Amino acid sequence: MRIVLRVRRFSPEEGPFEREYEVEVEPTDRVLDALLSVQGRQDGSLSFRRSCGHGVCGSDAMIINGRERLACKTLVRDVAVVEDAVVTLEPLRHAAVQRDLMVDQSELFARYRRVKPFLINDEAVDQGERVQSVAERAAFDDATSCIMCGSCNSSCPVLDGDPGYIGPSALVQAARFLFDSRDRGAADRMPVLDSPGGAWGCESHFDCTRVCPREIKVTKNINAIKRAIERRKEAHA
Amino acid sequence: MVHEYEAIIVGAGGAGLYAAMEASARARTAVISKLYPMRSHTGAAQGGIGAALGNVEEDRPEWHAFDTVKGGDYLVDQSAAILLAEDAVRAVYDLENRGLPFNRTPQGRIDQRRFGGHTRNFGEAPVRRSCYAADRTGHMILQTLYQQCIKSGVEFFDEFHVLDVLIEGRKCRGVVALELATGEVHTFKAKAVLFATGGFGRMFRITSNALANTGDGPAVCARRGVPLEDMEFFQFHPTGIRGLGILITEAARGEGGILRNRKGERFMERYAPTLLDLAPRDMISRAILTELRSGNGMRGDGRIDDYVLLDTTHLGREVMEKKLPDITGFSRTYLGIDPTDTPIPIQPTAHYAMGGIPTDMDGRVLADGDGSVYEGLYAAGECACVSVHGANRLGTNSLVDLVVFGRRAGRHIADFVRKADLGPVPRDADEPARADMAKLLDGARGPHGGEIADEMEIVMMEKVGIFRNQADLDAAVDKVSELRGRWTEVRAQDGSRRFNRDILGILELRNLLDLSLLTATAARQRTESRGGHARDDYPERNDAQWLTHSLAWLQDGRVRMGAKAVDITQWKPKPRKY
Repeated sequence: MRIVLRVRRFSPEEGPFEREYEVEVEPTDRVLDALLSVQGRQDGSLSFRRSCGHGVCGSDAMIINGRERLACKTLVRDVAVVEDAVVTLEPLRHAAVQRDLMVDQSELFARYRRVKPFLINDEAVDQGERVQSVAERAAFDDATSCIMCGSCNSSCPVLDGDPGYIGPSALVQAARFLFDSRDRGAADRMPVLDSPGGAWGCESHFDCTRVCPREIKVTKNINAIKRAIERRKEAHA
Repeated sequence: MVHEYEAIIVGAGGAGLYAAMEASARARTAVISKLYPMRSHTGAAQGGIGAALGNVEEDRPEWHAFDTVKGGDYLVDQSAAILLAEDAVRAVYDLENRGLPFNRTPQGRIDQRRFGGHTRNFGEAPVRRSCYAADRTGHMILQTLYQQCIKSGVEFFDEFHVLDVLIEGRKCRGVVALELATGEVHTFKAKAVLFATGGFGRMFRITSNALANTGDGPAVCARRGVPLEDMEFFQFHPTGIRGLGILITEAARGEGGILRNRKGERFMERYAPTLLDLAPRDMISRAILTELRSGNGMRGDGRIDDYVLLDTTHLGREVMEKKLPDITGFSRTYLGIDPTDTPIPIQPTAHYAMGGIPTDMDGRVLADGDGSVYEGLYAAGECACVSVHGANRLGTNSLVDLVVFGRRAGRHIADFVRKADLGPVPRDADEPARADMAKLLDGARGPHGGEIADEMEIVMMEKVGIFRNQADLDAAVDKVSELRGRWTEVRAQDGSRRFNRDILGILELRNLLDLSLLTATAARQRTESRGGHARDDYPERNDAQWLTHSLAWLQDGRVRMGAKAVDITQWKPKPRKY
C-alpha cells in the first residue's frame, strides 16, 4: 500500500518546515521501515535516530499521529488503514529539537543522573551473591524495563508549565533502586525525590503510563515513591 | 579540536563500559560512542550469561570450558576458554553485587536455565548454566555497567563516530572521530585505545543486529594494516522472526520450546539426538536450512527464505510472562500472535561475528600470527577475537566474553598507561579523515548509498550465508569488490554540517563493504566445513589442513591471507556430535 509521511522537520539553518513523502509499504512494515526507505531512496537529509529496530534501545521515540511511540515498535497498520493515509511524524516534546525528528537528550540523561541511578550498598557480601527473594525481586521488576526513550517526559502535561519538575523518566529509575531490597541509598535520594520538583511534582495525569512503549506503570511507580517518602517521614517522626 | 586522555574507549556497550569502569579507576579515561548511553546493542541480548555457579544443579567451570571448545568446533583457544569459564563465575557475582537484577530461585539465589550446547559432564545432558534476568539480561547488564560508570565519573562523548585510528609503526597514538552535532572532526590523543564497537551483522539482509552494528572498529583497524582473525565464521542464529530477523532467544528452547517443520515433526531428533533443540546454533541453523531445502518448510517450496515453527504453546502463561516476557511482546507486536497459543514462524538470522580484531587474553591487539602486539591498542567484546568462540559461539558466551575480557583489557590499560607516554601526534593526523569528509560534501552528484547497501546485504545473505560453495564465494568477492568501487562515487545528499546522519550512513556502509570483502575472501580460502562455516563442496572438517585461525589483511583493495596457530593444550579435537 501507499502512505504519506507528513514530517515536521527542522534544520538549524532553515528553521522549522514540513515535508510529505509518499512511500510504498506493507501494512506489517514498521513505521521505521518507511522512514528508512525515505532516507535511503528519496531524501538522504531526513534525520532521525534509530538503532535496534525492535523496541529495546530507545532511540526512535517520536510523536506518530499525535502520540508518543517508538517508530520501530509501531506497524504501519497500527496508524494507517486506507490507501494514501497520512501519517504525521513529529519530534518529542519538552526537549530542544536538533534536527528533524532528533531532539536533545542531554537533559533527559542529566535528570536521570540526579536520582543517583546506581545501587548504593557498601556492605560486604558473604557468599559471592546477595540473597534476594523472588518477591523482593518482583517488587521492582516493572521499572527495570525502562529503556530511557523519553516518551513519558514528552507526554507529561506537568512539564508543559513546570520545567523544574524532574519528570517521569527519572522517577521510574529512582523507583527501580528505591524498591530494590539490596539498595541502601534511599536517604541519599530523598532530597531530590521529596521536593516540589521531585515525586510531588506529579499530578497523576497518567499520560506517561498510556504512552510508555515498555508498558511500565509509570504513574503507579511515582505514587509508590510518594508513599515511601511518607512512610520514611512517619518512621522518623 | 584536539583532546588528550590516558585511555580512550571506543564504544559504550558491555565491553567498553566494563573496560572504562576498570581503566577510569587509575587512568584519565573517556568513552566515545556513536550512540547515546544505553542504546548499544548489548542491550538486545536476551537469554542470559553462562557461569558455572551450580545454584540449581551441579556444574563446574571445566565443563563450561569444554562445552565452549566443542561448541566452537575446536577452533577455540583452549587456555582462553578455561580463563573465560573460571572468570565467568566471578563476573556474574560482581554484576550482581553492582546491582544487576537477576531472576531468583526460591532460595533467593541467582536462577539459572538451560541453553544450547551447555552440558554437564562433557556432553551428557543439558545443564542449567545461564544466569538470567527475564529475557532482557543484556539490557540489565548494559544499564548496570552504565550506572557504575556514572558512579565512577567516567567521561562520555556521546554521538561521536570513529573515523580513523592513529598508528605509528606498532604503536597506537589515538583516534580521530566525527562529532555528529557539529560535523567537526576531533583528534583524541591517548596512551591507550580500546575498540569495543560490537558486531557487523548489517552486512546481511536478515539479521538480528541493530542498524548501528556496522563494524566500525574492525574496519578502521583493517584500513590501517591490522589483520582481522577468523572472519569467515559468522553465526546465524536459528530463531529470528520470519522476514524481520528479530531475535527470539534460545532461552525459549532452554525453557522447553520445540522446533517443528510442516509435518509437525520435531526434526532436531534426526540431527542432534542427545541435545535436540538445545544443540549449538550452527547445527540447528543448518538443520533448518536442510529442512527448508527438502521442502519441509511451512510453505514447502524448497526456497531458503521459507520458514519453520518454534512451538512454545506448551510452556504455559506463567513461564512466558515471568521468564520470556519480551519475546512474547515481540511476537504480539510484529506477528500479531500470542506465542502461548500459536507457534512462532522463524528463520535463521545473521547474529554474531566470531571473528574480529585479534587479541591476546589482556585485550592487546595482535599484529601477526606470531604474537607481536600493537603497543597501546586494545579490543574487546564482539569486535575482538581472543578466540573464545572459535568457529561457533555458544549462547550466553557473548555476555561472558564482554564482561571477562572487557574487564581484563581495562585493567591492563590502567597498568599500561602508568609507564607509557603520550606519543607525538602530527598536526595533520586528522587529514585523511577530513579529506574523506570533504569528498562526501564536495557537491558532486553521485549514487545514493542505499542501493549499494541493498546489493551488499543480498549478495552476502545468498552467497556467504549458512551454506557456501566456491562458485558463490567467487561471485560474492567479485560483487563486493564492484560495490566498493561504486562506493567511491557516492556523495552525501545532505549538505549541512550539523547532525548529518546521511554522511554517517555512507561511512558506515564503507565499513560494512570492507568487512564483507574480508569475510567473503576468508570464506573462499577455507576449503573445509567447521562450526559456522559450512561448505557444500567441502562438507567435512579437515583438521590436518585447517585446524588453524585465519588472518586477513586488507591491502590496496585486495585481501592477503595468513594463519595463526590454535591453542589445543587441553582437549584433543574429536568428531563433534550432540
